[in-house]
Amino acid sequence: MLKTRVMPTLLGRSTGLVKGAGFDSWRTVGGVIQAIRVFSLREVDELVFLDIEATAEHRAPDLELVGEIADACQMPLAVGGGITSLDHIRDLLAAGADKVVLGTSALADPTLVSRAADRFGRQCIVVAVDSRRVGEVHEVFTRCGRIATGIEPGAVAAELERLGAGEIIVTSIDRDGTLAGYDLDLVRRVSSAVAIPVIASGGAGKPEDCVDAVRAGASAVAAGAMFQFTEHTPRAVKRCLADAGIPART
Amino acid sequence: MVKVAVIDYGMGNVGSIRRALVACGAEPVLAASPHDATGSTHLVLPGVGAFPDGMRRLHATGWAEFLRGMPTRGGPLVLGICLGMQILFEHGDEVEPTEGLGLLAGSIRRLVPGPDERLPHVGWNGVDPRGAGHVLLANIPAGTDFYFVHSYQAAPDGPHAIATCDYAGGLAAAVAHGNLLGVQFHPEKSQRPGLQLLRNFLGMQPC
Repeated sequence: MLKTRVMPTLLGRSTGLVKGAGFDSWRTVGGVIQAIRVFSLREVDELVFLDIEATAEHRAPDLELVGEIADACQMPLAVGGGITSLDHIRDLLAAGADKVVLGTSALADPTLVSRAADRFGRQCIVVAVDSRRVGEVHEVFTRCGRIATGIEPGAVAAELERLGAGEIIVTSIDRDGTLAGYDLDLVRRVSSAVAIPVIASGGAGKPEDCVDAVRAGASAVAAGAMFQFTEHTPRAVKRCLADAGIPART
Repeated sequence: MVKVAVIDYGMGNVGSIRRALVACGAEPVLAASPHDATGSTHLVLPGVGAFPDGMRRLHATGWAEFLRGMPTRGGPLVLGICLGMQILFEHGDEVEPTEGLGLLAGSIRRLVPGPDERLPHVGWNGVDPRGAGHVLLANIPAGTDFYFVHSYQAAPDGPHAIATCDYAGGLAAAVAHGNLLGVQFHPEKSQRPGLQLLRNFLGMQPC
């Protein structure tokens, strides 16, 4: 039975680990490497590391940092931020990433997704869809939530799947860092629009939120603030999933 | 004396595999050509990527010729991981029909997901040994979770599957035939059980 993955998300810039709210107001919460060692000891299912400033600063991925992370990380590792070329992907995989997370770059140049899937296999291409509610509708935003695209997230996800994305990580910008629960309508829309796995992200504050996201269609749940600012651990989330009848690696 | 080389043909997470082998106490070398692996008792064939690209690179580096020319007895042990396992078979149809190394009988086919299953098959899934159990799987209880990430699977012709996984109607999770071994999952990313499997591999003697 395939287990539902519980994935801590770590946001980094240079060597500090930060956590924001609504994609803004970053606070430093300690060394990335130390946090990863702790997750590794706890046998976390998979880890997401996003360099949140790389794109804004027109910076290539920090290969040295990713190498250090991989050294400390005995679990599957997805890395995003600043990836704009096949060479970046090749270098990240060589440095120790198992998957890459494309964001802004994928929406600006959709052929990057198809070229990357042909070269590296679609299983290692994760694409981030960041969405915000504008009135009653969901709309995809790029560049860390700064640029509106006018497109509905389900349609974006379906197009990314067609191009070769292996997984979609869908984040509610409104809920990010709020601990108020995932935007379940958003998770439902994106999950039902594609046949590839969908990772729910943005808003998890307690283990029960993760149960709700899986019931809304998510194949995996990602959380940042919940694992950094509350007493809930990935293991507690997995126990809660298992208690709800959802397969998890407890 | 165990001498282990990781085949570095530009298709893989060789860094992760090297780290895991080091954690098992080995001192792996990265071998860009068969020459770099002279005297090796254990070869690891990694693979992250698509089948045709993998074969092209194995040919370009001289590894395809070397692996096809290995004697049935007296050669090194080979552990193929994910695409590295698939490429040991006769042919694949990922992207375009492509001839594999042909060391194991069978072909590589796209997974057909069941209801409520998604593709790629990504995440931790239970592995069940078949038959008497193979030394590669020693000290790993039935049903132990390993990390999978793939859309294609090996369909072996013959009894070479030594473990299965319950997804997409059931798939070959591990294969073995003489000195040739393969796992569809990623032991290098499967924490304690993964390291146990790699230690089992390092403890095997080539026949």
